[in-house]
Amino acid sequence: MTPKERELKEQVLRMSGVDPLKCMRCGKCSGTCPNYDEMEYHPHQFVYMVEKGEIEKLMNSPSIFKCLSCFACIERCPRDVQPAKLVEAIRLLVIRQQGQNHLKANEIPALLDEDMPQQALVTAFRKYTK
Amino acid sequence: MQKIGVFVCWCGSNIAQTVDVQAVSDALAKEPGVVYSTNYQYMCSEAGQNLIKDAVKEYGLTGVVICSCSPRMHEATFRKAVASVGLNPYMLEVANIREQCSWIHKDKAVGTEKAIIMGRAAIAKVMLNTPLQAGESPVTKRALVIGGGIAGIQTALDIAEAGFDVDIVEKNPTIGGKMTQIDKTFPTLDCAACILTPKMVDCAQNEKIHIYSYSEVAEVKGFVGNFSVKINKKARYVDENKCTGCGECTTKCPMKNVPNEFNLGMDNRRAIYIPFAQAVPKVATIDPNYCNMLKNGKCGLCAKVCGAGAIDYKQKDQIVEEKYGAIVVATGYNPIKLDKFDEFGYSLSKDVISSLEFERLTNAAGPTSGTLLRPSDGKHPHTIVFVQCVGSRDTSGCGKPYCSKICCMYTAKHAMLTREKYPDTDVYVFYIDVRSPGKNYDEFYRRAVEQYGVHYIKGMVGKVAPRADGKILVQASDLLAGDQLHIEADLVVLAAAIEPDKTARPLATMLTASMDTNDFFTEAHAKLRPVESPTAGIFLSGACQGPKDIPDTVSQASAAAAKVIGLLVKDKLTTNPCTAQPNEMMCNGCSSCEKVCPYGAITYVDKEFRMPDRTTRVRRVASVNPAVCQGCGACTVACPSGAMDLKGFSNSQIMAEVDAICQM
Amino acid sequence: MSNVNEFKPKIVAFCCNWCSYAGADLAGTNRLSYPADVKIIRVPCSCRVNPMFILRAFQRGADGVILCGCHPGDCHYTTGNYYARRRMTLLFSMLDFLGIEKERTRVEWVSAAEGAKFAATMNDFVATVTALGENKRLEDLRCKE
Repeated sequence: MTPKERELKEQVLRMSGVDPLKCMRCGKCSGTCPNYDEMEYHPHQFVYMVEKGEIEKLMNSPSIFKCLSCFACIERCPRDVQPAKLVEAIRLLVIRQQGQNHLKANEIPALLDEDMPQQALVTAFRKYTK
Repeated sequence: MQKIGVFVCWCGSNIAQTVDVQAVSDALAKEPGVVYSTNYQYMCSEAGQNLIKDAVKEYGLTGVVICSCSPRMHEATFRKAVASVGLNPYMLEVANIREQCSWIHKDKAVGTEKAIIMGRAAIAKVMLNTPLQAGESPVTKRALVIGGGIAGIQTALDIAEAGFDVDIVEKNPTIGGKMTQIDKTFPTLDCAACILTPKMVDCAQNEKIHIYSYSEVAEVKGFVGNFSVKINKKARYVDENKCTGCGECTTKCPMKNVPNEFNLGMDNRRAIYIPFAQAVPKVATIDPNYCNMLKNGKCGLCAKVCGAGAIDYKQKDQIVEEKYGAIVVATGYNPIKLDKFDEFGYSLSKDVISSLEFERLTNAAGPTSGTLLRPSDGKHPHTIVFVQCVGSRDTSGCGKPYCSKICCMYTAKHAMLTREKYPDTDVYVFYIDVRSPGKNYDEFYRRAVEQYGVHYIKGMVGKVAPRADGKILVQASDLLAGDQLHIEADLVVLAAAIEPDKTARPLATMLTASMDTNDFFTEAHAKLRPVESPTAGIFLSGACQGPKDIPDTVSQASAAAAKVIGLLVKDKLTTNPCTAQPNEMMCNGCSSCEKVCPYGAITYVDKEFRMPDRTTRVRRVASVNPAVCQGCGACTVACPSGAMDLKGFSNSQIMAEVDAICQM
Repeated sequence: MSNVNEFKPKIVAFCCNWCSYAGADLAGTNRLSYPADVKIIRVPCSCRVNPMFILRAFQRGADGVILCGCHPGDCHYTTGNYYARRRMTLLFSMLDFLGIEKERTRVEWVSAAEGAKFAATMNDFVATVTALGENKRLEDLRCKE
């Protein structure tokens, strides 16, 4: 694990309060996940990848936004690992990043539709372009 | 003045690694009273013991302090060693500098300092030791086995074989236990009944064995060699001696809809019943919860059809009191209740069953006469899903934190037998890990995969949902393929975790035997004394001590029997000399000590005392029976005048230890 | 190495032979560490502990005293730990009255199988007593050199 990876991992563990070492790799979380087919990385992989420190991979994966936060994995886990909390923590890491991963100003006009309130655009610019 | 020798053990590197043994022996050599101090690599070895013996002789030591491992480990060894050279064995104290010092500390300076203080405390105590003589108590040459499953049966047979009387107390109407409900046994696939029932019959026919069936232990008093036990023989409303077991009553009883617990409620029995054909004793029992005669005073049909006149509606519970030298606990296990696991839908569908129910469904004496049929509609299942670790290895609070040990193997057996009998069935086994250590066990599991084509899938079932059309939808993950599977199953079998029988906890309290947090009985030493409870005279057999399969249970049962025989062949036991002793000059006969004594060891005697003015006076003073006193010391604290003291742990000795520790 | 001036409490632990002493041994066997400030005195049963012993410990400068026995109902001598519990409740409230904080005294049930609990209990107790600092109450200065 590089120092960067270690730092990110520790941040995720701190934010989520999850101990991935409790996982016994039974896969019940993935067995119970209702959105399994939509996800690139499945709940049990989240736990293992966090343990290995592969946080950046997870941050770049659309899986984190495919998670329904239904908490079925938390409910069913026999070891009380709480995979959904890891997903939530990584999602927060991505959202808290500034100036990355977001739309460029010149891409917006093509995506605009009439229903979108203008204030939303302004707010988004304020928040993400700093 | 005492002459004390100090012996510091290195325990190889176990102690020497974190304790500077030389510094300890040097520091302790300076203590007052110490005339000899040394250290050695292994004090418990022959050479180490000789070192102690030689020093006792050469320096005329009157007290010995060993700084080594826990006294629970080697105190007896060292006591024997000093006794062989004429020193009273109770003039020796052990300072526990391994378990309670070197193993828990990493810093050598800290460990050394603590070891020196612990050594000082032991020296302070041994200075006040007095020679003690062990007493003797007789041994009742009869054993009690609580639980009549395969564990209890094997233990009883082995003890009887050695010529001692054994009583088995079984709470159910028949002995045999869980094994009677099992169809085949792994890894040889011989039928459980074929190997168990002959043993049950042996028990019944052996004149050394007495079976109290349908009975429970109500009270236990006494101590090793001298237990006094009250057994409650529950009223079965049938005279055991008259009943011939013909079964006529069980076919005539009009109460037909009583759930049959032998088949786990999957079929019905009558209110008067014999659990199964090979029951021992083969005697009918009336279930008072369903019998119309007992409930409403109407019916009496069984009494009319009974040719032997064995039915007795007026029978009452009966208390029998017996004396025993040793008690073996063989209370066994039960599968846990599965209602809590909503995701597996056990309460939602009749076709989601536990493994023990599966055993009954494949057993020739079971509700389907051995044909595997769905409990809901009686059709042949074509797709069967086995789920392992249901409630085992579960720290979420729903199940049990431990591995139930037997499930991997019986699931492999179920899967294999299903494929053998019904090759058109698809069998899936979802596992987390397949644990198959044991002779021919892994080979057995591999045979299920390679020879019988059972689909073993690494992953856990997340959801079991019964559908209206009778199919059961199983959603699970296949971790190795990285897929989520959706299987339409006809039958789902849950390998439920096992837990100790509910009667074990109150029994442990009666026996003062300790249990772990899961209600399994604790053994005296996890590795070296696996069949003995820490409470003397109580032995453990079978799954009451931890999850076990049949071969392990039988080995442990025989091991427990060997330990019991070893106890019963003795005519007398040496008793613990560390008993309470009153100072009669200080005792004022107030009875405070008598009230707190759990053993009734304290009585009062009128004794004549010479007074200072040369007259005599009769005073009432306490007197302790050393054979009955177990040395707990409750009385010593209750005594208001400080007359009562405990030999080996006297007030002054413990105070000296406190002083030594606080001195620093 | 730790700071020389750092406060190291003196803690006396009375452990019953059947449960807690074995639990302490198990903590050792499992290499679960707890501070060396804890010194264990083996007694046959928690009911052997005379309140005098505890007073003596404080008199000789102990900073905390902990009594460990079998879980209620599990006493090797059936009822010993109940006696201990009653006696200590009384003694500890008296000590509290005399100015020895309730946190300096404790009764804890540790079974022979609970090595981890023993270590955790000792860690917690030492931390509590360390936070309270040195105990001056009841200390007999004549005992000091």
